[in-house]
Amino acid sequence: MSFIRSPAVPIESINPKVRNCEYAVRGEVFNYALRLQEELEKNPGSRPFDEIIYCNLGNPQALNQQPITFFRQVLALCEYPALFDSDETQKLFSSDAISRARQIRAMLSGNSTGAYSHSKGAKGLREMIAAGIALRDGYPANAEDIFLTDGVSSAVHMIMQLLIRSERDGILCPIPQYPLYSASIALHGGKLVPYELNEASGWGLEVFELKRRVDMAREDGIYVRALVVINPGNPTGQVLSESNQQEIAELCRKEGLVLLADEVYQENVYVKNKKFISFKRIARSLDYEENELSLVSFQSISKGYYGECGKRGGYMELCGFSEDVKDQIYKVASVDLCSNTSGQILASLVMNPPKPGEESHELFLAEKEAILSSLARRAKALEDAFNSMEGVLCQKAEGAMYLFPRIKLPEKAIEAAKKVNMAPDTFYALKLLDDTGLVFVPGSGFGQAPDTWHVRTTILPEEHKIPAIVSRLKAFHESFMREFRD
Amino acid sequence: MGSDFTASVTVDSINPKVLKCEYAVRGEIVTHAQRLQQELQTNPSSLPFKEIIYCNIGNPQSLGQHPITFFREVLALCDHPALLEKPETSALFSSDSISRAQQILSSIPGKATGAYSHSQGIKGLRDAIAAGIAARDGFPANADDIFLTDGASPGVHNMMQLLLRSESDGILCPIPQYPLYSASIALHGGTLVPYYLDEATGWGLETSELKKQLDDARSKGIAVRALVVINPGNPTGQVLAEGNQQQIVEFCKNEGLVLLADEVYQENIYVDDKKFNSFKKVARSMGYGEEDLTLVSYQSISKGYYGECGKRGGYMEVTGFSSGVREQIYKVASVNLCSNISGQILASLVMNPPKPGDASYESYATERDGILKSLASRAKALEAALNSLEGVTCNKAEGAMYLFPRIRLPEKAIEAAKAAKKAPDTFYALRLLESTGVVVVPGSGFGQVPGTYHFRCTILPQEDKIPAIISSLKTFHESFMNQYRD
Repeated sequence: MSFIRSPAVPIESINPKVRNCEYAVRGEVFNYALRLQEELEKNPGSRPFDEIIYCNLGNPQALNQQPITFFRQVLALCEYPALFDSDETQKLFSSDAISRARQIRAMLSGNSTGAYSHSKGAKGLREMIAAGIALRDGYPANAEDIFLTDGVSSAVHMIMQLLIRSERDGILCPIPQYPLYSASIALHGGKLVPYELNEASGWGLEVFELKRRVDMAREDGIYVRALVVINPGNPTGQVLSESNQQEIAELCRKEGLVLLADEVYQENVYVKNKKFISFKRIARSLDYEENELSLVSFQSISKGYYGECGKRGGYMELCGFSEDVKDQIYKVASVDLCSNTSGQILASLVMNPPKPGEESHELFLAEKEAILSSLARRAKALEDAFNSMEGVLCQKAEGAMYLFPRIKLPEKAIEAAKKVNMAPDTFYALKLLDDTGLVFVPGSGFGQAPDTWHVRTTILPEEHKIPAIVSRLKAFHESFMREFRD
Repeated sequence: MGSDFTASVTVDSINPKVLKCEYAVRGEIVTHAQRLQQELQTNPSSLPFKEIIYCNIGNPQSLGQHPITFFREVLALCDHPALLEKPETSALFSSDSISRAQQILSSIPGKATGAYSHSQGIKGLRDAIAAGIAARDGFPANADDIFLTDGASPGVHNMMQLLLRSESDGILCPIPQYPLYSASIALHGGTLVPYYLDEATGWGLETSELKKQLDDARSKGIAVRALVVINPGNPTGQVLAEGNQQQIVEFCKNEGLVLLADEVYQENIYVDDKKFNSFKKVARSMGYGEEDLTLVSYQSISKGYYGECGKRGGYMEVTGFSSGVREQIYKVASVNLCSNISGQILASLVMNPPKPGDASYESYATERDGILKSLASRAKALEAALNSLEGVTCNKAEGAMYLFPRIRLPEKAIEAAKAAKKAPDTFYALRLLESTGVVVVPGSGFGQVPGTYHFRCTILPQEDKIPAIISSLKTFHESFMNQYRD
């Protein structure tokens, strides 16, 4: 690429909000890993490891997790309906996949996945999702409250755009948080109002901390518009208890905050003493009237046991918004016409998978359980590994797909990092990458209490690779501590 | 901020840019049509027509256009790669679709079609697209300049977000324009600087008009950042002459404007005396490189002969930005991770379709030519019909998918519209809908010279419906004129 002499767009002239936004998950450490990978490809053996293992991103299928067979059968049939007319098709596709695909196609405009759908998503698919939500929660859901989007990220942007008028509009976000929130708040020109999760109590969310932060922000002249809660948590993996959730809902109701419930890991719970409860169910079981609490619940096809990140599907369910505000949201959705139909179809399958008695149910259940039990085992193995390392303390991953260990870095290491103008956790993560090929994301990318250092890793590398990963990790950490120990 | 906590989000407290933005293509008329459609479903003979015909939106497959068989074969195989291991598959899929699917799968790391890809899109697919661009233009294209997006719309938003710092930043847009531009400028807080296309000369684009509007905006303190050109035009259908394109390139270069070239209708040309030239080709053939012109070229999978609107695929080819700005563009793309894989795959197929000698070539070419020929003949039939109506003139659709006739509304009609509190063209379009079931979009949704009225109608209803549409259109118009003629 040639260099530009006097570009029409000098960097100082671009939108400062773009310059301010950061997204560490695909940031510095990741970009360095890409370069190392290119080197390795050109020159195998040039590094002390054979392969780069990307533990920076919740991207299961990139690490060889297989998609759910039934889901992909339905998708293929929807895309190429000529298959319905062939005899061979019965041998290649289960009968319930065939009938589900026919049912879905009839719900689509022109019976085609190639047409723009309704801007909220095809009505029939939204109805299926609403039915799935009602079954999950025991309370009804309305297809008109559901907006299907290209992954949850698009939906989060829409809500930030809706709620943020200026930098005096604040959004409460957990520290640590998934940096889509900090990035989208920056892009839309608002203010991130942090609330700290309590590491000592398994990343507990204390309502008095929330209230304190709301009050502090208001004293500074900030209009606090919404509260982001990620449950199960990212990067922390904690699953909220029901009573905790009730307190949160009550706070939002009292303080007039929109509750933004990121529930994309709802199918990823690994401990027996916790279960996922949607905030919708919490609100309804507290007997709130619809207009007492404004709630946006986000769900995605990227996580769970389905891991369909690349298909870009998800939805937001809006409760407690007036019709005219929903009309505005619809209007913004209509500017980009609709989300992609593969993602819409997968969202309907995720919320309405094969049931007992159906032909595909057995295989579906076996695939699902194998994936979830393996995730739980990998979470434990990596958590134990971290906890065995000198100066490292790792909270249990009750859910989600990550571990967020705290590393007590020795003074010498912190000095060395300062010398090269780097955050200490970035310094650690880069050295780790150089030595082991493992790509973690420095905790500063998510936020952390001052003077604490963390890294986030996923629990997604294949199970058979975990022992080698653990041993490389331990060896690296020992040698790092030898070098920098006080 | 009041203490009324039960309505924390009202239309008065949401982002005013959201309130300001409009998108008529799915606006008032369409909402009304959907209500009428529901009425028809419950009560089939309640209205003077049997069905609603949606001519408001360029959505070919919703009106019966079939997708390209080869494209859907490849998509189905990529969606369910397990098929490639089954013996029955070779009886169901063409051999070249099988090998193309295998080729695409090997370009995806881990063959994981459900994984998040590189944030610009899968490298191998970008290579195929770059090769397609080079074959089209005769000038090289770089895969690193390509950003695959969920349709062209997100790419437009990215540029508006990048370039608009405040309402003192302006973007030159054609009047009439496709209202994604006006909507995204409003959402990102900028100023639309209009330039008028000349209806009398087939919607010609005069650089003198560009210069006049640019100077006028600058004298008002607007920093004009970019020029949007839609070629072939939407809603106008004009195809620019090469000489005209050269003037536009020269203009942008001299004035330091980013050229935003919306080229999504590049495959939709219906006249022998015009052809599509990409702005990239025009600039390069003038000897202009990246240091002379900042150019963003948009292409989509939604139009052409492929019409894959619902799959949400497209790309922007970004040239002439400094590396610092490019990094910012990449960073914003990374926040939402990547565009959907099906759309990425289709974009690579659109830019690299079957070639002569390939097993599917003949059937592919037959499908393609059949669709394009039919579009040309429908364009002609509808254009002739519109020109036969009293007081209506309709410029030829040289390309794209629309007709944008001008209707000379009698004074009495304009009064009646005022009394009904509707723009005169909206009034006409509503009456047209209520009498015939045909849904068009009022010209005010696209912009028009003040005091003129238009509507946009697609050329997409199936050929066998065109005669009935024409006849109901004529009948309606006659009766409308009878009612309101001066």
